Amino acid sequence: MASEPLMEPHGHAAHHRDLAHQFDSLDQQKESSTLGTWLFLVTEIMFFGGLFTAYVIYRRLYPQAFALASHTLNVPMGAINTAILIGSSLTMVLAIWAAQVSWRKGIVLFLGLTILLGSAFLGIKSVEYREKFETHHVPGPTFHFVPESEHVKVTDPQLERHASIFFSLYFIMTGLHALHMIIGIGILVVLAVLSWKGKYGPEYHNPLEMTGLYWHFVDIVWIFLFPLLYLLGAHAR
Amino acid sequence: MAEHVTSRKVYFLVFAALLILTGLTVAAAEVDLGAFNDVVALTIAVTKAMLVLLFFMHVRYSTRMTALTAAAGFLWLAILIGLTLADYASRGQIFPVPGK
Amino acid sequence: MNTTATAPVTTTAETGFARPNYLNAAYGVRSWLLTRDHKRIAILYLISVTAFFALGSLFALLIRLELLTPEGDLFQPDTYNRLFTMHGVVMVFFFLIPSIPAVLGNFLVPLMIGAKDLAFPKLNLASWYVYNLGGIFTLWAIVHGGVDTGWTFYTPLSTHYSNTYVISTALGIFITGFSSIFTGLNFIVTVHRMRAPGLTWFRLPLFIWSTYATSLIIVLGTPVIAITLLLVAAERVLHLGLFDPALGGDPVLFQHLFWFYSHPAVYIMILPAMGVVSELVAAFARKKIFGYRFVAFASIAIAVLGFLVWGHHMFVAGESIYAATIFSVLSMLVAIPSAVKVFNWTATLYQGSISYQTPMLYALGFIGLFTLGGLTGVMVATLGIDVHVHDTYFIVAHFHYIMVGGAIMGYLGGLHYWWPKISGKLYPAALSKLSALLVFVGFNLTFFPQFILGYLGMPRRYWSYPPEFQVLNVLSTAGASILGVGYLLPLCYFIWSMRYGKDSGDNPWGAVGLEWDTTSPPPTENFYTTPVVTHGPYEYNREEVHNRMSQEATLG
Repeated sequence: MASEPLMEPHGHAAHHRDLAHQFDSLDQQKESSTLGTWLFLVTEIMFFGGLFTAYVIYRRLYPQAFALASHTLNVPMGAINTAILIGSSLTMVLAIWAAQVSWRKGIVLFLGLTILLGSAFLGIKSVEYREKFETHHVPGPTFHFVPESEHVKVTDPQLERHASIFFSLYFIMTGLHALHMIIGIGILVVLAVLSWKGKYGPEYHNPLEMTGLYWHFVDIVWIFLFPLLYLLGAHAR
Repeated sequence: MAEHVTSRKVYFLVFAALLILTGLTVAAAEVDLGAFNDVVALTIAVTKAMLVLLFFMHVRYSTRMTALTAAAGFLWLAILIGLTLADYASRGQIFPVPGK
Repeated sequence: MNTTATAPVTTTAETGFARPNYLNAAYGVRSWLLTRDHKRIAILYLISVTAFFALGSLFALLIRLELLTPEGDLFQPDTYNRLFTMHGVVMVFFFLIPSIPAVLGNFLVPLMIGAKDLAFPKLNLASWYVYNLGGIFTLWAIVHGGVDTGWTFYTPLSTHYSNTYVISTALGIFITGFSSIFTGLNFIVTVHRMRAPGLTWFRLPLFIWSTYATSLIIVLGTPVIAITLLLVAAERVLHLGLFDPALGGDPVLFQHLFWFYSHPAVYIMILPAMGVVSELVAAFARKKIFGYRFVAFASIAIAVLGFLVWGHHMFVAGESIYAATIFSVLSMLVAIPSAVKVFNWTATLYQGSISYQTPMLYALGFIGLFTLGGLTGVMVATLGIDVHVHDTYFIVAHFHYIMVGGAIMGYLGGLHYWWPKISGKLYPAALSKLSALLVFVGFNLTFFPQFILGYLGMPRRYWSYPPEFQVLNVLSTAGASILGVGYLLPLCYFIWSMRYGKDSGDNPWGAVGLEWDTTSPPPTENFYTTPVVTHGPYEYNREEVHNRMSQEATLG
């Protein structure tokens, strides 16, 4: 590790307009913001990690209730949303590529598409949420869960309570995921405006890269949420 | 340090692979593999996550430090889940002491 | 205390010491509240952290007053529950965790690695604001009557039965967690990317190694307490049943998630103090640290092992006996890197040219008290003994030996050592030695009786106790009063020294290290020219020892 590049002496290079005073070069600044962003993502992994742990434990304790409850989720909508989110990740990297090749309008175009796809994801998610309210699958006083299954007695209060835990986790996990997307879209809107003003080019586009990392991370969370929440109940008929 | 510019072709290939894997995981869930359903679903999810990490998040072209940071995040998540699970998996199990 | 009180640098002009420094670079409240300078942010943190320390100490004092007599005659039991809860919440989350990293770390990390500032100065300032925002939430809860769940927020008490301000306190801690993460993240990036030319990893001061290890814990652990407290709040509002056995939830899962952070949090408190002690021992024994690499890697080892032991808080909570066995063994492993440090400090002292200045008194106190706290830690990591002493004053004494005897001794030692660097002033030597002595004596008198009380079976968290425990409790309360005086004195003479203290000169201890190469107080950008490092951190030699002797003669 001793061979890592160390910072150069003060006053070595003329200051770039995007170079903060504590750094000596744009490279050092970029390396720092990249590492900083990754460390932030590590905190995000651990933040969602607490929820994944709760999921693993309760699924282990109540496999049947979890499978039956999962079975009521809308798999096609989940799958379409997965595709949409993957598409938004693609447009996000293309926005950075556009910056690298100095295509200003391209940056704005791809950021716009990313925002659009992100919003589409949230739109579909809200349709799913509404469905849950209509079928009384939202944990709380009105919660009601009667699985269609030959193996289980139709009204089983124990099973209903355990299904409520599944839906609690479902709403907390997808809700926090959606919150992360809303924050991401907010940042993307700001970046789109700044890109339009010509702030980013091949030499400096740190904010685009860092937001991209965040956006892809949110994508990865969904890549795990989709099979864990939607698909595990396929055989619980 | 010159920045690595990934060609668009790579991005589109990764995108296609991710879509195919999404289809695959939905299809695989329809087949009843017993305990292996989880294994298949998680293997596909991990593969997808790796593709996003390596190509979209540029870990492939980044410093070793970046890769190490990301790996540490997932390793610590594994510690959290693993040791917690160790408790639940061994609860209530009392094995007879040999010779008694 | 307010921010203007810390900027009385006009005296420098009177003494003819008018070199530009971070204190006289700008004046006015705005220049402090909007500063990006890591040194000024350290001062801001010093003020906030001191205020919370005072509040936490007040609660401790009230607890000890109640326990002066066996009967519960001073407070209602409910009030007592709130007192020990708020003592714990304030001390753990608002004093011990930020104390050394946010005050000394913020001040020293860039100085020690020859950088102009931390990698993200705005984030650093934001962390102070976020810390205070979290503090306001918690203070709001305290003012409205506080919280009575214990600082551990165990469910279902916190989610169902407690009718106190759980949510606002939990939110306060949640918010403050962000400030902790900002600080940790900033340190990791700074140590990786901002080191001066020639400053390789094994030329870093050990304070940097331990701060780095601490930052790793902060970044990896804090998010888990954040989500856990969020779940507690959600459960309390919506009654989801996640941690409610009546609804199929498992309270032990809460404990797993809680201790995954809160056990490593103990290492967030003690590791930076170990870093301080490494610096002090080298500086005042005038020797290179014995086994530098072992001490450095011991910090990393403690950080990593610290994440594998949390289950030892749940030996009697229904945890599986097999998991408990694993956690017990892993807990004992932490003793290895901890002992490596203690042995290496001791070996450094051996045949050193030791001078018993105030910081060194704290360092020596730390080594002894930490050893005792650590060894009793091995005791309670043993399954059988833990069943016996669980939830007794033995546990209380054990962790206070680590947190107060360890972390706070390190913090005070560090403050005394770097105060001339921070303020450019000297504090009264004899008075500060007296206060170090008071802290040591007061501490032991407070907490040693608690080991005995716990072993005899006095449970923690009760407002009254059987009369036969009174003698030891009176001793403990008497010790707490002495300890209180020991803590008040530094507050007084540090503030006094800012106005009336003698100028310290750049390097009053004759210590080595980049932070001593620049002026005291340092200029805003820390160094006039970027230092180039050609050797390790503790290159003391005969000539320098001689120089120090003559310097000491002039200091008196």
